[in-house]
Amino acid sequence: MSVDEKTVRKVAKLARLAVPEERLAPMAGELNKILAWVEQLGELDIKNVEPMTSVAKMRLMRRADVVNDGNIADDLMKNAPNAIDNYFTVPKVVE
Amino acid sequence: MTNRTGKLIEGATGKWEVVIGLEVHAQVLSKAKLFSGAATAFGAAPNAQVSLVDAAMPGMLPVINEFCVEQAIRTGLGLNAKINLVSVFDRKNYFYPDLPAGYQISQYKQPIVGEGVVLVDMPNGETIEVGIERLHLEQDAGKSSHDMHPSLSFVDLNRSGIALMEIVSRPDLRSGEEAAAYLKKLRTILRYLGTCDGNMDEGSMRADVNVSVRKPGAEYGTRCEIKNVNSMRFVQIAAEYEARRQIDLIEGGGKVEQETRLFDSRTGETRTMRSKEEAHDYRYFPDPDLLPLEFEQALIDRIKASLPELPDARKQRYVSQFGLSPYDAGVLVSDAETAAYYEEVAKGRDPKIAANWVTGDLFAMLNRLNLSITQSPVSAANLGALIDLIADNTISGRIAKDVFQIMVETRDAPGAIVEARGLRQVTDTSAIEAAIDAVIAANPDKVAEVAAKPKMAGWFVGQVMQKTGGKANPAVVNQLLAKKLNLPG
Repeated sequence: MSVDEKTVRKVAKLARLAVPEERLAPMAGELNKILAWVEQLGELDIKNVEPMTSVAKMRLMRRADVVNDGNIADDLMKNAPNAIDNYFTVPKVVE
Repeated sequence: MTNRTGKLIEGATGKWEVVIGLEVHAQVLSKAKLFSGAATAFGAAPNAQVSLVDAAMPGMLPVINEFCVEQAIRTGLGLNAKINLVSVFDRKNYFYPDLPAGYQISQYKQPIVGEGVVLVDMPNGETIEVGIERLHLEQDAGKSSHDMHPSLSFVDLNRSGIALMEIVSRPDLRSGEEAAAYLKKLRTILRYLGTCDGNMDEGSMRADVNVSVRKPGAEYGTRCEIKNVNSMRFVQIAAEYEARRQIDLIEGGGKVEQETRLFDSRTGETRTMRSKEEAHDYRYFPDPDLLPLEFEQALIDRIKASLPELPDARKQRYVSQFGLSPYDAGVLVSDAETAAYYEEVAKGRDPKIAANWVTGDLFAMLNRLNLSITQSPVSAANLGALIDLIADNTISGRIAKDVFQIMVETRDAPGAIVEARGLRQVTDTSAIEAAIDAVIAANPDKVAEVAAKPKMAGWFVGQVMQKTGGKANPAVVNQLLAKKLNLPG
């Protein structure tokens, strides 16, 4: 697996990262080195190994259907720039 | 699949078939959210029902609400669907101000529920089979309001993280009417199951409508997806508008582009949704914060054993056990409250007469007053008592209609109304005979007429009923009149 400039530009846009045009080619090169390094894993024979979904040998934790959180709007707003009446606000996005 | 060529629509170049599939988002009925302990109730103050998990604060970890999982299983069973013992939560990545984490936790390749089927009864008596492709659990997003400030959008995360079931149908629907009927049936099933309140006004159920057109027998055409349609009527209007738009486009030499469209409920039209070109690249990957969701068959069996009687089974029972017509049975089971009301009225009484009263006078009254059955001024017990009064000849069927009106106005029990207003039916033959004799004595010309024209007897019945204030037992009146006027039988 490898990526080209075009893919890097697209991924950067989807991730909302500003990557200057002149950085695209070098970054593709860097990413390809990383991908090639990870691809060494392909050399292993894992025919008889079950896919591992987690390093922890445990079941998905569950919670009961109980309301025991919330009512912290004031705290949440402390971190929010320009909160108004306990709403978060952002530059207008209209479809 | 049945032959549904009757659903084809006419274009300039011949007939077209409309192909529709629905993705329905149904809010899971639960107290707390899918991955947090914040409340789900509708209408709370802004951001009051938000935990640090729902606001996607760094370091917060999701913990799944096991009741939401059970609700999804329950729904899957109600849709006759395969339940998957192992399913996986993925991150669906996109940026929008009401999605604080930058991703929605959803299920992509391994949903909790697989293929199922829903039967939909159409008004023309036809039953269509709609395939369910899958049902998966996912988080709802928050709500953005764009009309509260000239240059800002306001974001409320109360809805953020509430559990949704996305129910995806196969493209088995062939008209806007079928699409609306399917949504209605789905809503009925969810409400019976108690897994979604089906309240479309509050956004508890919303549909994405996929529409394409083709010449009969041809391959599927390119589809467009109409987002977030929030009523059954709008689903029908949107699908019909979109099908016509695509046919006109193709017949005008154009080509349908696969795209997401918005429905404008004011104009009944759909339009292109801008700024979404790349949004479909969601880069799904398994959520590293969540292990696969696994459960035992025993859990499914336990939930299965607790399922209520579902609408299809109940309808079948009304037809076979009560002798109702499939149409009346379908109307009565269409929501659980109506069915419960009907069964209380029918209990120990003639089920057909009970059905006639419920689907007739009761529904007409509720429609007129714009009330739901749970708000009915006439309780099921009182309607049953009214039917009893007819059955034991205390009042005639005609007087019963009047008593019903008084019950609507006063909410009183029918027995009390009949006593207080002296509406008890006169079965005392001497009183009725006296009334008949008076009518005969006063109308010798009519008596002569009726000898030649026995159908004239109806006029006498009317006169006698009037004289007795409608309280005479009609059967007794008929019998005595026949005798006194020397009429046959």
